[in-house]
Amino acid sequence: MTDITPTGGPGRSAEHPGDDIVVTGVSKRFGGVPALSDVAVTIRAGEVHALIGENGAGKSTLGKIISGVIEPDDGTLTLGDRPLHLRSPREAMAHGIVTIAQELAIVPSLSVAENVYLGAEVARGGFVRRREARRRFRQLVERVGFDLQPDVPAGTLSTADKQKVEIMRALSRNASFVIMDEPSAALSSHETAALHEIIRSLARGGTAVVLISHFLSEVLALADTITTLRDGHLVRTVDAKGATEEMLIEGMLGRSLSAAFPEKISAPADAAVVLEVRDLKAPRVDGCSFSLRRGEILGIAGLVGAGRSELARAIFRDAKVSAGDVRLGGDALGGHSPRRSIRRGLVLIPESRKELGLLMGRSVRENVSLSRLDLVSRLGWVSRLRERRLVGQLMERTTVRAASMSLPANMLSGGNQQKLLFARSVMCTPSVLIADEPTRGVDVGSKRAIYDLLTEMAREGMGIIVISSELEEVIGLAHRVLVMRHGRIMAELVGDDIHEEAVLAAAFAETSAS
Amino acid sequence: MSNATEQNTIESHELESREGLRSGSARLMRSWRMAGIFIPFLMLFIILSVTSSAFLHTTNLINILDQQASTLCIAAAGTLVLVAGGIDLSVGSTYAFAGVTAGEIGQHHSIFLAIGAAIAVGLLVGLINGVIVTVFKISPLITTLAMSYVIQGAALKVTSGNLILTGTIPGFTTFATAQFLGVPSAVWMTIVFVVIVSLLLSRTTFGRYVVAAGGNAEAARLAGVRVGGIKITTFVLSGVAAALGGVIDAARLGSILASSGGAALSFTVLAGIVVGGTSIAGGEGSGWRTAIGVLFIALIGNGFDLLGVDPNWQQIVLGLILLVAVGLDMWARRTRR
Repeated sequence: MTDITPTGGPGRSAEHPGDDIVVTGVSKRFGGVPALSDVAVTIRAGEVHALIGENGAGKSTLGKIISGVIEPDDGTLTLGDRPLHLRSPREAMAHGIVTIAQELAIVPSLSVAENVYLGAEVARGGFVRRREARRRFRQLVERVGFDLQPDVPAGTLSTADKQKVEIMRALSRNASFVIMDEPSAALSSHETAALHEIIRSLARGGTAVVLISHFLSEVLALADTITTLRDGHLVRTVDAKGATEEMLIEGMLGRSLSAAFPEKISAPADAAVVLEVRDLKAPRVDGCSFSLRRGEILGIAGLVGAGRSELARAIFRDAKVSAGDVRLGGDALGGHSPRRSIRRGLVLIPESRKELGLLMGRSVRENVSLSRLDLVSRLGWVSRLRERRLVGQLMERTTVRAASMSLPANMLSGGNQQKLLFARSVMCTPSVLIADEPTRGVDVGSKRAIYDLLTEMAREGMGIIVISSELEEVIGLAHRVLVMRHGRIMAELVGDDIHEEAVLAAAFAETSAS
Repeated sequence: MSNATEQNTIESHELESREGLRSGSARLMRSWRMAGIFIPFLMLFIILSVTSSAFLHTTNLINILDQQASTLCIAAAGTLVLVAGGIDLSVGSTYAFAGVTAGEIGQHHSIFLAIGAAIAVGLLVGLINGVIVTVFKISPLITTLAMSYVIQGAALKVTSGNLILTGTIPGFTTFATAQFLGVPSAVWMTIVFVVIVSLLLSRTTFGRYVVAAGGNAEAARLAGVRVGGIKITTFVLSGVAAALGGVIDAARLGSILASSGGAALSFTVLAGIVVGGTSIAGGEGSGWRTAIGVLFIALIGNGFDLLGVDPNWQQIVLGLILLVAVGLDMWARRTRR
């Protein structure tokens, strides 16, 4: 195990006056199953402290104990030199500890300012003092540096801006610790960037942020201190400066992830072209051309908003295409219907499985068979027997783990949910698969399973396009990488040319690398 | 290394057992949803059988079914609309319009033409509703509310507000009252219709698409479901059912008014669907549970009549039951998160 000096030393408190939260010997069991065992961690005032770990490692449980949502079975919490006994989030709030919930508590019809002061209105004698409220709001905005208009209805804001409102509400009540559990999980990529800026500004202002996150790159970019948990035990707390992604993964898994990606098996160079995109123009896609061969994995990289998902949607014929054409197996793919694209052998796994992929409340079985019910039905009548048999095979093939196929999709872990979409895609027996962010919100163990799947599907002759914001994913999987910027393809990297610097150079390039 | 793999398997076992635990409560929840209205219905049935001597008689029971025939048909089709994420408030007016259409045409032409024209009217109304909702993207609530005024107006125009006597049309009454095994044809038609719609929803590809369209329209579309077409079809079925209901009642009762049915019928239908446990948010529901929901409401009315309770209480009780039904649905949704 790599040894890293724990950041136990003093130094920070001088820059950021205020008390630290010290957690010692905390344990928690749920129905006999230990969720946390003897965990000790110190959250310093004004730092960004990340909690990481695989699903079920106990990071959310620890976050909930600090925010008063659940009480520990054993162990103590102290704030400065006072012991903390938190029985509810409300009590935690009284101590300046605020949680930013994943489901945002915003009243859409009220203005931004009204939402910030919701429940603690600036009032005298029951009358809201609007001018005074606005004055305070402006002060607060200045302090945190958000560009929010006080009078806009909160419902019209983007998710990231709604989070800002929640954060301002927390700050208006003098929060000195803000706990965020997977704050970027529900955000689009550019909203995530905005959130990161918020977290940085909070820390600059002396508010400590406890960041619970799946995204290691996010953690490394934001955190001052990183605490890794595994199976409810503390692995280690390290200074983020010396930490690397490999080291964190090793800590989370208890083994090194040297084999993070399956071996690349190149498709023969003379393999048939399965997809040909020529001069494709669509909203935020500005004249893209490329081709894809049988058995090839093509990575599409680029910065946030570069038009990668839009390109995928345009190829899938789900966006208005203004010019250019898409040829699938030599024949033009027309129309504007995902249905037709699927029937022709082109399948898309969309970027957000919750919003665009799955019927969360319906069974695993129904979710898998949705695209190809015709295979298990006759004259519109679904044969449950045939459906069960086929879905069972597909689940095995895609390593979906679920207690039963009649379980609703929302009962599955993120990784298994994502695999459901793969099972659905395999059922369509496509010649081309586009996977948009195939491992978003998926734990490290399932990621590898998905990589294996993609590689195997390619080996069987499918042409695969992988779009990902995680550079190493694109680099680790793809035989060839296209780098996009402003809706155009800036570079095509093959073989040994595929490395981080080359991708980044093209992604940031101002002019075409041609 | 071996230690690590061991740990991983332990973790996966834990994960599975935890998922198993959750699936247990989920299954309980699901079976509750399945049973849902059935248990209170059975309880009410038993209570009425014990407390009222007149209740448990074939005549009374067949009477209830006969009276509820039109509501049952409309509610069964309305379930599809709700599950697909829509709502149809125009059924009450469509019912009346179809009824008077059948009456007006039946007076001069064959009853087959009359019934056919009435059904065609329902189909057309449903098609218009569906197209406005899916193509022009106007909320189904507003669309069908507006349509309900338009259709009722049209029905008033056609009849000049007069009572249309359908009992005098030769053979027309038989359409709903012909007896088979001591049960009127209206009830038989209703049974067939409800069974077909229930099976359509639970066992066919169309039903799956309806559920998908209402559960997550965008995901359904990307998975290759023709969401627009599916939604339009549910509105068409709803319109046809409303027309069928109108014709059945016109034949059964011997007369119909342009103001028959209307908003009161639309709301009764909606109440039946919701009491039956179909989610107003779409993506979930069943035809036979709707039937039980409608009959549950009917039993309350029938029971109150038989026991001689002030009829005003019926409305109060019905309102409270609706609130409980929706409340339970909300609660179920929240606990499933």
